[in-house]
Amino acid sequence: MNNFKIDIDADGIAVITFDAPGKSMNTITAEVIKEVGEIAGMLKTDAALKGAVLISGKESGFCAGADLNSLFSGEIDARTDAGRKAAFDEVSALNRALRSLETNGKPVAIALEGLALGGGLEIALACHYRVAADNPKVKFGLPESKIGLLPGGGGTQRLPRLIGAQPALMMMLLGENKSPADGKMLGFIDELAAPGKTIDAAKAWLKGKTKVVARWDEKGFKIPGGGPYTPSGAMVFIGANAMLAKQTYGNYPQQTNILKAVYEGLQVPMDAALRIEARYFANTLMGPAAKGMMRTLFVSLQELGKGANRPPNVSKYEVKKAAVLGAGMMGAGIAYVQALAGIETVLLDVSQQGADKGKAHAKDILDKQVSRGRMDKAKAESVLALITASADYSLIKGADIVIEAVFEKMELKAEVTKKAEAHLADTAVFGSNTSTLPISDLAKASARPENFIGVHFFSPVDRMGLVEIILGKETSQEALAKAIDYVLKIKKTPIVVNDSRGFYTSRVFSTYIGEGMVMLAEGVKPAIIENVGRMTGMPRAPLEMSDDVALDLAFKVKNETKKALGGAYEDSKADAILEAMVEKLGRYGRKNGKGFYDYPGDGSKKKLWPGLAELAPVTVDECPPALRDEYKKRLLYIQALETARCFDEGVITAPRDADVGSILAWGFAPYTGGVISMMDLMGLPAFVAECDSLAAKYGDRFKPNALLRDMARKGETFYGRYGAQQKKAA
Amino acid sequence: MAEAYIYDAVRTPRGKGKTSGSLHEITALSLATQVLEQIRDRNGLDTSKVDDVILGCVAPVGEQGSDIARVAALNANYAENVAGVQIDRFCASGLEAVNMAAAKVRSGEADMAIGGGVESMSRVPMGSNGGAWPMDPSIALKSYFTPQGIGADVIATKWGLSRADVDAYAVESQKRAAQAWKEGRFKKSITPVKDQLGLPILDHDEHMRPDTTMQSLAALEPSFKMQGEQMPGFDAVALQRYPEIEEVNHVHHAGNSSGIVDGAAAVLIGTKELGDAMGLKPRARFVGGASIGSEPSIMLTGPEFVTKKLLNRLKMTNKDIDLWELNEAFAAVVLRWISAIGLDPEKVNVNGGAIAMGHPLGATGAMILGTMVDELERSDKERALITLCVGAGMGTATVIERV
Repeated sequence: MNNFKIDIDADGIAVITFDAPGKSMNTITAEVIKEVGEIAGMLKTDAALKGAVLISGKESGFCAGADLNSLFSGEIDARTDAGRKAAFDEVSALNRALRSLETNGKPVAIALEGLALGGGLEIALACHYRVAADNPKVKFGLPESKIGLLPGGGGTQRLPRLIGAQPALMMMLLGENKSPADGKMLGFIDELAAPGKTIDAAKAWLKGKTKVVARWDEKGFKIPGGGPYTPSGAMVFIGANAMLAKQTYGNYPQQTNILKAVYEGLQVPMDAALRIEARYFANTLMGPAAKGMMRTLFVSLQELGKGANRPPNVSKYEVKKAAVLGAGMMGAGIAYVQALAGIETVLLDVSQQGADKGKAHAKDILDKQVSRGRMDKAKAESVLALITASADYSLIKGADIVIEAVFEKMELKAEVTKKAEAHLADTAVFGSNTSTLPISDLAKASARPENFIGVHFFSPVDRMGLVEIILGKETSQEALAKAIDYVLKIKKTPIVVNDSRGFYTSRVFSTYIGEGMVMLAEGVKPAIIENVGRMTGMPRAPLEMSDDVALDLAFKVKNETKKALGGAYEDSKADAILEAMVEKLGRYGRKNGKGFYDYPGDGSKKKLWPGLAELAPVTVDECPPALRDEYKKRLLYIQALETARCFDEGVITAPRDADVGSILAWGFAPYTGGVISMMDLMGLPAFVAECDSLAAKYGDRFKPNALLRDMARKGETFYGRYGAQQKKAA
Repeated sequence: MAEAYIYDAVRTPRGKGKTSGSLHEITALSLATQVLEQIRDRNGLDTSKVDDVILGCVAPVGEQGSDIARVAALNANYAENVAGVQIDRFCASGLEAVNMAAAKVRSGEADMAIGGGVESMSRVPMGSNGGAWPMDPSIALKSYFTPQGIGADVIATKWGLSRADVDAYAVESQKRAAQAWKEGRFKKSITPVKDQLGLPILDHDEHMRPDTTMQSLAALEPSFKMQGEQMPGFDAVALQRYPEIEEVNHVHHAGNSSGIVDGAAAVLIGTKELGDAMGLKPRARFVGGASIGSEPSIMLTGPEFVTKKLLNRLKMTNKDIDLWELNEAFAAVVLRWISAIGLDPEKVNVNGGAIAMGHPLGATGAMILGTMVDELERSDKERALITLCVGAGMGTATVIERV
């Protein structure tokens, strides 16, 4: 065996060490599955063996789950019986191996010194006894649903039989990790042992045991908390259906399939239950959500996190000191994430008072971490100590990078650029955190435009994982490499785009809230716009999002865009709405307590402003499912169409960056795999046809551009056409 | 096609459906048995002529399980050849049983049949029989399952019925029921329930609160707010099917929703020929019946559609109907139906309904049909339409005509 080492001790107990060759972390491959089956066979047939203890040969833990780069990556032909049968057979392999281990007749215990996630935990669940090191840093969980999959190694069946349907569903649907102590309390860990002592404890349990069957294979086994058709179990499933609908709007097939597998599986014996799980697993794999989510949220996210866009011939740039210009919300947030990454940070503002306020904001975030037990006090203090708040630009001296985060005013930005560069080394990078102003225009104020680059953060900086890096006309590859190194150091994911009004993220996102306002202008009842917006899987509804962004700001941006574009500006029905809200009604959004919503200010829920009915008389006041689905498409497709325009104009060139950016920056419906995957996975011919029909009904902005039509005609996909370029860059 | 005639209708009074209710110590079998005995005895029925006993029952488990209709017929000492079948169309089961009995008679499958229903909600609680709809994610999610109370509140919200509107309806229901009892309008149908010694244990609908006022109702908390807004949050599910609603207005409570009660009913239906031969005098003619499916999430709008379907099928208009009876599952259901069909509230539920007197699920349909037989005679009217809203989005209706 390649992955397992077997030592038989004097008592006849096989100590089986999982140690996948050439890897720092054990993962489950086809070979691992095969060898688990062989271990089961060996235990069954070798009379000299009394039982087995499974352990890990890795410092990193027991096993992090399936190797998604090798397993389940094949194409499934869901249209034919043979294709679906083949998928079922493929995904059943792990279940069959683990079931044969579980039913081999001799006791198998597992000693967990480190993490067991996904398939790793499922191996543990198929053992008869689980001992875990009592170490709060160790994580156990079934996080498959986060990347579009369901636990397909028996997890949907064994976990609820061990701990009850409700906690098992919570763990699987939320993908939450648990500590060994939590695992013991919940019941999927049988015993806690001191770190380093788990093997001894497992062996002690094995002693004297000859024949063992899993507890669910014993006669009279009862599911903790009851199966579906018991009084307590019924409440669980009725509630779970409602809560799942509430939280996912039915958009995530893997979530629904987890619930189905648990509901159906708990009503039958284990062998049938595992077949049911395998069918739902195969069903999940066949859908676009699994493909899109696995690619974007697993593969691409990992690639970008390793600096896939980084020009390779530039040596690694170590950012030790960084300055932040402007100590508002954004600047303070940036200072915080820098300090958290161990970077000495100078936080500058026009006055000492302003700078102090920014540092206080960083302190607030740290205090919250401490009060929630996520950070100890000493660590928080050392992080805060890395931030120097000041009005003295000379402190910039020695900084490896400057991030400018002052108000969105060209003149102001030009002024601080000059002021900062006066103290800056020639090799240092100047990054502007603008969200709207073209980088090449801002770079005009710079003496070294090749070092000038856009570094666009998202609010709140401490929670948003993406940074959009924008290349100006003169930005050098070296500056790009340095900026990426900086972003990776502060543990964010960088995507790279080219200069344009609104760049990629703001430009595409604005079409979503814009379409919401157009619907309002058309007479669609505001509640319909908002409810349907939420149902698309976007994190917020269009009108509430507009209020959050602020209507006066949107109005200002619109006017500037109009001025800049001149005759090329396309009038929108939303313009009049925006103008009336801002100019006539003084309704600026959440910030002044009145926008599309009224904000009572007494803590009670915001409500849609009834006056909207006068501003835009309602003509559509009912929304049956067919219309609802059409509106959902409007709100999502308008964003995809704008993304296609960005590709056409070269604003963004990599589908991977577009997908990851869309989900991480503005929460584009994650079940699609991102704005590009949505189009690719439904097929461009279908997408173009649907957009044409939307254009006929709702206006020319839904007309697909020439690029989309060309690709649809040729049967291309974005990943096919642009993916090669993307690989080269990586 | 043969005509089906209604020869008689009896019902028990309705006992409060809780352990303190008068009928809690009487078995469901006994309730069903007593109405079968009564309809036999007061008509001097040769039960061997009855082809089938069809009883609605919505929680057919435990003592109500395994075909209570056949078991009750045996217990009532009906002739051995009388078949029995229990059916479940949720809240319209009792009316559906009557429609099926009539259909058997009209088609020639039976010459005489009994349709009715039984439900001891205090002994076999609602929901005891489980069911896949709310439980199985395969159907719960795609049909936007919400409990019926949420559906009623969604109806109120969607059609702008305020708490005052639904409460005013409830006060009127109590008033009408009290008046009807005072004038003895239910006298012909009511058969007091007897205990194990044969002594009367309940002779009136004990759920009524004739002193109900707007003020007394105003004190009641909404019943479905918690499960709608918090655990598990059914409002969010309803909004996915009805995105036009910003927020569900939870207006229903114990005082404007149907009461949980125990009771049973039976309706005797047969051909003219057999009735004549047996010396029975028909009280009404079964004109027609229908059922329909409607949107399941809001669940309770079926009466509108089944009313239109049945009138259309019978080539009738609103003018052909003198009395309208819709089970008062929730006040908003009735108010929405009145406005959707365009009815005069004075002709609707003239003797009150389930808000005042209670709704023994499987029996109610047969009970309110009996009420209409009595009322047509008392008020000298021609025709009545009886309908109920039904779980999982359905409606069942029947038109009868006095002879």
